[in-house]
Amino acid sequence: MKQFAGTATLAAVALAAGVAAAAAQESIKVGVIQPLTGAFAASGNYVANGAKIAADEINGKGGVLGKKLELVIEDNKSNPTEAAAVAEKLIVRDKVPVIMGAWGSGFTLAIMPKLMEYKVPMLVETSSAGKITTSGNPYIFRISPPSAVEAVAFAKIVDKLKIGKADFLVVNNDWGRGAAEDFGKMFKEHNIRVGLVETMDPPAQDMSAQLAKIKASDADTLIITTAVEQLTLIFKQAAALGLKKRIITTGGSQNPDQLIEQAGAAANDTTHITFFTPWNPNVSADPPMAKAFVAEWNKRGYPFAGLTESFRGYDGIRTIAAAIAKAGKADPEAIRAAFWQIELSGMNGKIKFEKAGPAGQESGQSNPGIYLIKIENGKVVLPSV
Amino acid sequence: MDQFLQHLLNAVMLGGTYALLGIGLTLIFGIMRVVNFAHGELYAFGAYTVYLVVAALGINFFLGLVVAIIAGALLGAVIELVLLRPMRGADIDTVMLVMIGAWIVMQNTELLIWGGVAKAIVTPFSDAPLVIGPVSISWLRVFVLAAALLLIVTTYVLIHRTKLGKAMRATFQDADTAALMGVNIKGIFTATFAIGSALAAAAGALLGPVFLVTPTMGDLASLKAFAIVGLGNITGATLGGFILAFVEEIGAGYISSGYRDAMGFLIIIIVLLFKPTGLFARAERVG
Repeated sequence: MKQFAGTATLAAVALAAGVAAAAAQESIKVGVIQPLTGAFAASGNYVANGAKIAADEINGKGGVLGKKLELVIEDNKSNPTEAAAVAEKLIVRDKVPVIMGAWGSGFTLAIMPKLMEYKVPMLVETSSAGKITTSGNPYIFRISPPSAVEAVAFAKIVDKLKIGKADFLVVNNDWGRGAAEDFGKMFKEHNIRVGLVETMDPPAQDMSAQLAKIKASDADTLIITTAVEQLTLIFKQAAALGLKKRIITTGGSQNPDQLIEQAGAAANDTTHITFFTPWNPNVSADPPMAKAFVAEWNKRGYPFAGLTESFRGYDGIRTIAAAIAKAGKADPEAIRAAFWQIELSGMNGKIKFEKAGPAGQESGQSNPGIYLIKIENGKVVLPSV
Repeated sequence: MDQFLQHLLNAVMLGGTYALLGIGLTLIFGIMRVVNFAHGELYAFGAYTVYLVVAALGINFFLGLVVAIIAGALLGAVIELVLLRPMRGADIDTVMLVMIGAWIVMQNTELLIWGGVAKAIVTPFSDAPLVIGPVSISWLRVFVLAAALLLIVTTYVLIHRTKLGKAMRATFQDADTAALMGVNIKGIFTATFAIGSALAAAAGALLGPVFLVTPTMGDLASLKAFAIVGLGNITGATLGGFILAFVEEIGAGYISSGYRDAMGFLIIIIVLLFKPTGLFARAERVG
């Protein structure tokens, strides 16, 4: 009897596995790695929700290659070690042919060796550290602008802002330090002096010490690179210290509406480099698409503040779908090759991969546009630049 | 000089809440010999309780603080009764593992209930800072410091001037003898854990509106509290909180902001090397 039960269980498991395999044939799996919990949970969930909207839209139109896109979303817990572990899980256990991830530069960098090991391509939707595309990893395709590209785009308008001397306050990781370096270099070319470069740990909550030091400096402008949670705290603490300098934030992860809601008056008169303009979809690179996306986002009841992050997930999954369609099959190598051939419109310009990094093993980098917005009296305004 | 004064003021503001966190943990470790890894979660619990009272129920912020402290004490008592009482007499490492489990469960429960997006607590204090000559500080932080000092003094009085405090001190010195003298040891342990938890919840409730409320907010807080506990008894924890804040401020201001959070642990290593019984310990005692 015991043996019978064992055999029956085995048969049931085999049957279940068979059913699962049949279901897998109906869909194409796409791995998504985002910080769904931990310090960057807000941003990660926005990107994941944007990805879901894209997948639903594509599946509503019949999917890709006649199959439905199935997102397998994993949480990197705002932790690089976890990011590498879930990447391995997605590739080995779920057998995804392509991944989108992983929000933070530190998480993306931790995953990159796994991509080389298993030969699976990853579309990078948010991370902006320069070395992601310059370290010679041919499985990386990035649609977000690295700090250097952001700095070059910012250079076109920087003279109008008449900055004399700038201090930096950046998060102490590849993203923040990279931004300080790239913007610092660009400033020097434009005869803007660079003063202090202060850093803060990603989970740090009290930045009063750094701000007190910055308050005492003779710079007229403060450039800040970090995510929305820390920005909220910095604005509140800077206001409490009576810091009166122009503040410009970079990196596109500011969620200005969340800043206005949580930092209140302290967010007034700050300027932000963003990559999407949900406040006025007409300014976007593809207005009808932007309007439809904003409408769908609102319809699902997601917070408006999340749009400046969520569009990355939307663009990312659309790019992946285009590559799978071009490849003609859900195979990692075919998708990797197809990334080089596709061209589609994104929310902030054309998505088309250019070669970056050492010859022979280049990564793909798309070069989108940037937008400069300002918060005035609790409202987002788009300066005409 | 202006910059130094501002750093000094920041350190005093921060020190009060560090001390509050450290005292709670010191009490629990000192009397119960329990390494309370869930301390940071009680801190987060206090912050979420205030958020619930203020934002969701629309009740006054000050009342929210009181509710958070009482709720923290109750949760602490429940944890002691359910998790720690059955573990009495168990190995310190075993109890540590239980508390690590409690920490993970509590943090994920918060995530499940509140989601990962940070919450901001609105207080009745004005956004305009208090300016004193070259330095300035927000009114909220002045209130937080005052409230923290009041709680510290209350705890001190409780331990040194009340019958409960006397029983707690007796239990700390020799639990068996105290039991023979008629002290209800089990009750003392529950009371100690409840008081320690209430102090952590109070710190979270006070700092929630200063910072943001997130499920992981307790991690950094408990790390700092552990640094302070390394400094010894309650007096040590009080002064230790201020010393830690001062070292962090000056370290970040004049040495390197990147190593700000490492400064505190540098101090601990130095203290452990040269004065392993704690910075202010005469003999080993709690009060």
